[in-house]
Amino acid sequence: MHTNAYTFRFAAIVTIICSILLAGAATILKPRQSDNIKLDKKTNILASVNIRPEAGQKFSRDEVFDLYEKNISEVVLNMDGEIVTDLKAEDLDPKKQPQLMPLYIKMRDGQADAVVIPVSGKGLWSTIYGYLALDTAYTTVIGITFYSHGETPGLGGEIEKAWFTSNFSGKKIRNEKGELVSIEIVKGKVAEKVTPEEAYHYVDGISGATLTGRGVNNFLLKNLRKYEPYFRKNMKSGEGSI
Amino acid sequence: MAAEVTTQSAVTKQQTEKWFSKKNIRVFTEPLVENNPITFQVLGICSSLAVTVQMRTALVMALAVTSVTALSNVAISVLRKMIPAKIRIIVELAVIATLVILVDQILKAYLFNISKQLSVFVGLIITNCIIMGRAEAFALQNKPWPSFLDGMGNGLGYGWILMVVAMVRELLGNGSFFGFRIIPEGWYAAGYENMGLMVLAPGAFILLGLLVWIQRTITKTVHE
Repeated sequence: MHTNAYTFRFAAIVTIICSILLAGAATILKPRQSDNIKLDKKTNILASVNIRPEAGQKFSRDEVFDLYEKNISEVVLNMDGEIVTDLKAEDLDPKKQPQLMPLYIKMRDGQADAVVIPVSGKGLWSTIYGYLALDTAYTTVIGITFYSHGETPGLGGEIEKAWFTSNFSGKKIRNEKGELVSIEIVKGKVAEKVTPEEAYHYVDGISGATLTGRGVNNFLLKNLRKYEPYFRKNMKSGEGSI
Repeated sequence: MAAEVTTQSAVTKQQTEKWFSKKNIRVFTEPLVENNPITFQVLGICSSLAVTVQMRTALVMALAVTSVTALSNVAISVLRKMIPAKIRIIVELAVIATLVILVDQILKAYLFNISKQLSVFVGLIITNCIIMGRAEAFALQNKPWPSFLDGMGNGLGYGWILMVVAMVRELLGNGSFFGFRIIPEGWYAAGYENMGLMVLAPGAFILLGLLVWIQRTITKTVHE
């Protein structure tokens, strides 16, 4: 039998060795991991404005950073929709500064071509994260991507698939009066559920994933509302009512 | 290679057993079929339901579990004479947890997309009964080399069942194999539909049940 003192010593040594190993690994791998997260976000922002590799192909790391650098510029907004100039979007911590939010602007020949806002909220099982791209009239959806979620694969998990997200392109988040109506996922098919006049802000649902769809509906509206002050400010008069 | 091993073992015959002696090979092969951790001992079911929707995630999971069982078995076996009996479970857990976190960190750094899909299940390898069970039942009583073989055997035994389940689920549920489309588009046009049941956990349960049945019919082993 071992003495108690030995037991304590042994436990202490095991603990110290394990912690040194883990701390070491975490420190060494950290830069690469945060790089991966950044890369993933950038790939998705690019995908939301339809800059994506050809089917079956993949962008390399450098290609993603390069394309992002060329096409996207980042700004930080406060709750009143004003641009906060002395902050960078990538330094934002939504938990510490919920009143600040990033906005990604797609540039083309020096002109804003589209805006991308991060969208996130509760699905059925998990928090879903994604990006929504709008045109510069802040009315028509250019694209949407969901890059992180824990929904059931094959059911709610289908939200990340192209067949679903491509339904959003071309839909409008405003009615004729320019009021924000967001996009809603119907239970079933749009053609069967809503009138053709209303179809501009509805998309087909995923069968078996009604609750995930409901969650997405809720957080899309909530996130769009947060950005509405900025959209209102920058909307040229009259353009929103088209 | 074989000649090398025999000459080497001839020299050291007195002190040590052969590296690939019959007994050691048994230690490795037994958990592959007749004493399979999933189909015979019915351990590690939770993760085998969760990560077998796609073959790619199942493969990474299988490799992760295999490396963790093998390495934890070696580590526990090396320490087996030093570990105080009173705290042996905690020590085993600390070793396993350390290895699992290492694997998780490495996946996050080098296989980011797959680690995103596996999400919480890599962390949950810690609670996989197979690993703890092998540490308790084998590594504490045996030398490092047989312990390593036992860990590899159990990890691979778990892994191949995972791959079989994932293959059936991905083929029937998604119409693909390792992400490549197998079922031609024409079939879908003709009215073929993916089997929704296979993407859900009950589909995996049914498959596992069938595998257990097949295995026990072949090896003629019955509990009790």
